[in-house]
Amino acid sequence: MKVKLKVWRQKDTRSAGEFRLYETPDLNVNMSFLEMLDVVNEQLTLKGEEPIAFDHDCREGICGTCSLVINGKPHGPHRGVATCQTYMRSFQDGDIIIVEPWRARPFPVVKDLVVTRQALDKIMQAGGYISVRTGAAPDANSIPISKENADLAMDAAACIGCGACVAACKNASAMLFTAAKVSQLGLLPQGQPERYRRVKRMVEAMDEAGFGACTVTGSCEAVCPKNISLDFIARLNRDYLVASLKGGAKHG
Amino acid sequence: MKLESKIPSGPLAQKWDKARFQNKLVNPANKRKYEIIVVGAGLAGASASATLGELGYKVKNFVYHDSPRRAHSIAAQGGINAAKNYQNDGDSVYRLFYDTVKGGDFRAREANVYRLAQVSVNIIDQCAAQGVPFAREYGGLLDNRSFGGAQVSRTFYARGQTGQQLLLGAYSALCKEIASGSVQSFTHHEMLDLVLVDGHAKGVIVRNLLTGAISRHCADAVVLATGGYGNVFNLSTYARNSNATAIWRAYKRGACFANPCYTQIHPTCIPVTGDYQSKLTLMSESLRNDGRIWVPKKKEDCGKHPNDIPEEARDYYLERKYPSFGNLAPRDISSRSAKEVCDEGRGVGESGRGVYLDFADSIQRLGEAKVRERYGNLFDIYHEITNENAYQVPMRIYPAVHYTMGGLWVDYDLMSNIPGLFVLGEANFSDHGANRLGASALMQGLADGYFVLPNTICNYLASVGPGKRPGVEHEAFKEAEDNVRGITQRLLASQGKRTVDSFHKELGHILWEHCGMGRNETDLKKALQLIPALREEFWKNVKVPGEEDNLNQSLERAGRVADFLEVGELLCLDALERAESCGGHFREEHQYPDGEARRDDENFAHVAAWEYQGRDKKPVRHVEPLVYEEVKMTTRSYK
Repeated sequence: MKVKLKVWRQKDTRSAGEFRLYETPDLNVNMSFLEMLDVVNEQLTLKGEEPIAFDHDCREGICGTCSLVINGKPHGPHRGVATCQTYMRSFQDGDIIIVEPWRARPFPVVKDLVVTRQALDKIMQAGGYISVRTGAAPDANSIPISKENADLAMDAAACIGCGACVAACKNASAMLFTAAKVSQLGLLPQGQPERYRRVKRMVEAMDEAGFGACTVTGSCEAVCPKNISLDFIARLNRDYLVASLKGGAKHG
Repeated sequence: MKLESKIPSGPLAQKWDKARFQNKLVNPANKRKYEIIVVGAGLAGASASATLGELGYKVKNFVYHDSPRRAHSIAAQGGINAAKNYQNDGDSVYRLFYDTVKGGDFRAREANVYRLAQVSVNIIDQCAAQGVPFAREYGGLLDNRSFGGAQVSRTFYARGQTGQQLLLGAYSALCKEIASGSVQSFTHHEMLDLVLVDGHAKGVIVRNLLTGAISRHCADAVVLATGGYGNVFNLSTYARNSNATAIWRAYKRGACFANPCYTQIHPTCIPVTGDYQSKLTLMSESLRNDGRIWVPKKKEDCGKHPNDIPEEARDYYLERKYPSFGNLAPRDISSRSAKEVCDEGRGVGESGRGVYLDFADSIQRLGEAKVRERYGNLFDIYHEITNENAYQVPMRIYPAVHYTMGGLWVDYDLMSNIPGLFVLGEANFSDHGANRLGASALMQGLADGYFVLPNTICNYLASVGPGKRPGVEHEAFKEAEDNVRGITQRLLASQGKRTVDSFHKELGHILWEHCGMGRNETDLKKALQLIPALREEFWKNVKVPGEEDNLNQSLERAGRVADFLEVGELLCLDALERAESCGGHFREEHQYPDGEARRDDENFAHVAAWEYQGRDKKPVRHVEPLVYEEVKMTTRSYK
């Protein structure tokens, strides 16, 4: 099979970008989408052109580095998988495929398809942790946790921090990302002492980093490669409300 | 040079206590006067940065990723070992220690492994307290599974994403310290040289991958936690960007590289399908708990649909050869067995390089729902890649490069032979010997970062005194920066005709063919001619497009491949000189009549640590004898 690619090319953050059209050589349908881009880049390099910059690393859907909007959809056509797990068999011979970077104000484009997502780290640094000093932990089995809660916490913890939820949201909200961490820690007994302080701080950090408000349209859930549920946003909202009623962080 | 392991004297079980008592301490007021550079934020780097920050040191953490959360520890699937004995099935610190030493084919340092087993229990406590959502039983207590090379269930897990959850735990601890100001995080920064002042590691030169800016950073000590060098094989289960540059450039500054030939080929990966392939995907070893490995008994059956091959025509070769460990035989043995049956022409799949991993029995015994609960995400990954449903047809798997046991040489304090340079996790060599057992990499990374280094680094720091580090204006920093700029310019100036990736593929091919699962003198000598020739061609004929002053992924890869072209040669050299079979290093000349590895304790019960001598000069092979005070070196048997 062969496809045509309409790819966003942008020299750096300040320069204006544009779409450029590329034709691929003959492809194997079992190639991954990123392997297809590797092949195109090899060709560009040999022609003396600069290859397309794109982010990737583990190529098995867990590191959260890859980040392409394929035909208007973050992470491409399939639900519950990342770009790196998208294979060419999902496309037809002769297709024109449009490839863009995440588009969201808190994620400036660095070059071509690469953006920076440090804004997500800022949210985590505001409270996405349980304060426990190394060596100070009690025996792991001294605090039983019901299997249901542990499983639900794991569902939330599966977030890979790729930012597709932000890229899909019309307001560029990072609610699903933030809610996943707030829920994971809020579901566990270890996370209780900082529960309300955490949610307030993380939501504040999200606002400060320039992410928009959540109107619960669910577009984030639809593109999440780990199928993180919208229910976690409800959990965050509930915790945030309780935290607001309780007043300042000192009561948290 | 004499390699001093600095193992404390006394009974094995008391060595770590003794070391901690004898270590010098740094008082709290002085801690903030010390700056420590940590390169890497995988399990070892993140846990070390967070813990050192928490102790009061000033830490600078560098990663080439866009966030510290992306290191490749995140991809570890199956689990983490700990001697908790929550199952009451006979486990103990001593048994974990013994299994690990035996699994490593008696080529690890006894005292280090014992310490690892001791702190393993603290790791689980630490991670549970951080909110790592480990799998639990209905009673609310932690669940365990079994892993290769052990007959007890001591592996803790979080579905098939244990590495991810442990790394996010360490990352969250790191986030806390970044927020408190004790750790400064530099993302998108790649370390390109180590700076030595008067023979001590006192800083690094890094390149900002977004702007191309090269900068100098000084510190009282430098910690490398930059992972393994398995991508020297090009096709591996490593992340595409994993590389050896940090440890290799430290090697070229004088740090000894120990046992480079100890590479782990993991038995359960998805087979190669074409030469466009960029990486291989691991199917967790935990699958071997419930999956049975087989190939057809007769070559003629290989083309048939697996479900049409009757039970009596199948060869469950691991269960046949190793009845007591069966499908849970250690990785090196399982991998070699898969290669053997494929070499006999009994391999399956298009390429003939594959064996079946079959869940039909487990699905019948446990029901599909239970199998889905245990391994659902792995079956999903398999489906995405192969478009096959493993609940209905057996998976096809084949061994692939997965881990490197070798790495920079370190003493008991995890300090290399360069004073002030510490090396943690997969980047060092010390704990896994010639073969690592499953679920032990996560254990070692976190042990080194949370519990070992924070207790040993003070020994060095106290000896140099606070506030004595040289500034970045020192001549040594200029020299190192010039070296880095020189490499970059040389790469960009070479307007050749071949891409970086084409060299990487060729190198990987040479190594896989000549220094893979089976090695012999003829092949290794051939590789030792091919690799330098390829390296020479690389510098004459590589084509690196783009500029140095902005994001240039071709340039990043070119630098890493240039280093791999040197690492590969050392790997083969070490494999050639180690004329014995042990663990993952199988020399075909050294085997028993039944095909099992034949170790040579008389001549090779030592660590081989290579010291760089300059370009195109043969490095010097130093030896650290492995003294076993507690266990007796025996022939490893899993029969």
